Amino acid sequence: MSLEDLEKRTVYGPDNEEINVDPLQDYYCAATPEAKTEAQKGTAPIIEKFANWARSESLWVLAYGTGCGAIEMRPLMTPKYDAYRFGVQWRPTPRQSNLFIISGYLSIKTLKIAIRAYEQMPSPKYVMGVGSCTINGGMYFDSYNTINRLDHYMPVDVYVAGCMPRPESLLTGFDLLKKLIKEGKGTGADKYAKEFEWYKGNQKKIIKNWDMPDFNW
Amino acid sequence: MKEIVNRIKEKFPVISETYQREDLTFITTDKIHAVETVTHLRDYEGFKHLVLLTAVDWLEDGVFQLTYLLNNPKEKIDLGVRVQIPRDNPEMTSAHHLWAAMATYQRELYEMFGISFPGSPRMKEPFILDGWDGPPPYRRDFDTLKYAEDTFFPRSGRSTNDPAEHMKKKMYPEG
Amino acid sequence: MVNHIIIKLLYALLSLFIVLNIGLMLNGITRKIYARVNKRYGIRFYQPYIDLVKNYSLETLVSHGVMFYLGPLFRLTSGVGMIMFIPLIYGSEMFSNFSFSGDAVLLLYFMFFGTLGMALGAGESGQPYSAIGVARGLGQVTAAEIPLVLSFLAVFIQTQSLSLTEIVGSQQGGFLHWTMFTNPVATATAMLAYLGSMMRSPFDVVLAPQEIPIGPPTEYHGAFLGVLSTNRAIFTVAKNILYVNMFFGGATSWPELILKAFFLYMWSVVVGTIFPRFRVDQSIRWFLKVPLVLGLLSIILLQIG
Repeated sequence: MSLEDLEKRTVYGPDNEEINVDPLQDYYCAATPEAKTEAQKGTAPIIEKFANWARSESLWVLAYGTGCGAIEMRPLMTPKYDAYRFGVQWRPTPRQSNLFIISGYLSIKTLKIAIRAYEQMPSPKYVMGVGSCTINGGMYFDSYNTINRLDHYMPVDVYVAGCMPRPESLLTGFDLLKKLIKEGKGTGADKYAKEFEWYKGNQKKIIKNWDMPDFNW
Repeated sequence: MKEIVNRIKEKFPVISETYQREDLTFITTDKIHAVETVTHLRDYEGFKHLVLLTAVDWLEDGVFQLTYLLNNPKEKIDLGVRVQIPRDNPEMTSAHHLWAAMATYQRELYEMFGISFPGSPRMKEPFILDGWDGPPPYRRDFDTLKYAEDTFFPRSGRSTNDPAEHMKKKMYPEG
Repeated sequence: MVNHIIIKLLYALLSLFIVLNIGLMLNGITRKIYARVNKRYGIRFYQPYIDLVKNYSLETLVSHGVMFYLGPLFRLTSGVGMIMFIPLIYGSEMFSNFSFSGDAVLLLYFMFFGTLGMALGAGESGQPYSAIGVARGLGQVTAAEIPLVLSFLAVFIQTQSLSLTEIVGSQQGGFLHWTMFTNPVATATAMLAYLGSMMRSPFDVVLAPQEIPIGPPTEYHGAFLGVLSTNRAIFTVAKNILYVNMFFGGATSWPELILKAFFLYMWSVVVGTIFPRFRVDQSIRWFLKVPLVLGLLSIILLQIG
């Protein structure tokens, strides 16, 4: 999809009737994200706690491998590591997943897709940065085309260090993330909403041709 | 191989030749005759397959060296045609009419080295770099580290363990 | 009279709740078995419950219009509607729910209704993968529907009744009275058609998670997905119960019902484990060959015999 596809336009039907198309209205929500306040959460703390427990025990991972680390996710499904027993499952679409694993280096082009996918996930959503590339650039620290720090572009809940970390490390990462969520600290989506301008500024600084709407949900 | 090179020598100016391996040879020709040589090799010598087109930045000599690597699938031999073009305002005859893949290589070279191929289709469209506005990043005078530090947010506390430095310190601590 | 209806409604809701639990457990246990076959430890058998709670607790982000909302609801309607009108336990006044003399036809309608609703809802989302999934799903379900209806017709003709209670009644008194033995051809047809609507391999190209992300429900998230997975649990069991009633002598108690539904479900699981995926054109062709001929044969045999 390019910018032209998102413009408002008038198309003509077979009987020459006018049809006004506004793709931004049709496919995207134009409102900026809002952080959930305590009042909006509304429900009793015990229900929130129960919901948090359910969220932590049912982590649906977006099956999108950004870098070399994607190969480490496959062993997690195999008999040896079997992440399914911890409630970790893979979903093919961002709409149905709540954990985004950034698996390794992010080039600018991939970052663009990663941001779209992240914004399309329903909150509360969590991000796990895997590998040193997401932490400080790793071996691509001086590359002209890969980002250095992931947490400047999207809020990261858990980092898993290593190049690449073994599947066991990822399992530990899942454990840590579960603990965070159960404590109610998995509020990356709220942080993203609060500091939206800053994140967008950082993203737009490196993504020069921004051919998508600012808000992708 | 030698026979092929000799046959080419009769028709085109060959500046130098390198017999790398039994099945791999490089010849250097000049800018005007390069594409003609490649065409001749494709049509009469059986080098029907374009392996790659790439460039090398000889910063000190002030030239870009283009290599058209061709393959003869029947005889299983490779032949590279090298041509040197000046580094400032680099321009080369387009060869997109020979292979469809050539246009893509030329697009990449335009993006990464800034070598222009007039007439090559879709050459100025962004290829790998999306919306790049700096100098071509594969040129050697482009400082990627400085660029990365300016653009991406480097995390402080990064230390380096350069093997040469490390061994020097370890073996000659006095300096 | 009103009291009677209210009590019946409460019992229907109770049976709905039981069916939902059966469905979720069935799902969990099946996946556990799958994992064990793969030599994995597998998910916890109560994982579907957690997933359901989680899906309901997620935020709803985006809507694509009215039909987008209605799609999952239609789908849920089909599952709930089936349970409402199906006689679950033969001989039990209370768990016969709202079954009436023509309920079998209504149930057939409900079976197809959900698919149509989902198609409308998913089409509204504007996601190209949904559209592909819907096209495939409708084509495949329609192709499977023809032999299914033929086999049902055969049973209707055989028992001269459209009421499920009567059909079950005619199969009582020993398992040799089951339709499975009195009309094996119709049963075979129905069992083949059954595979087509279970969204399992070899007929799962509709969802095809690796190819078109997940087919029709690509854009559904949060509570929508919760509704869909709720329905998935209910609908599967409802369909199994319908089959049990039609072909396997019904059930006179809950354990019997659960056992029969479980083994019937395993049929699709076993087939799914063994056979690889069909493309849509292949599956439609397949449905229009063997099952269709078998279905026609079952009706013709009835006319001769």
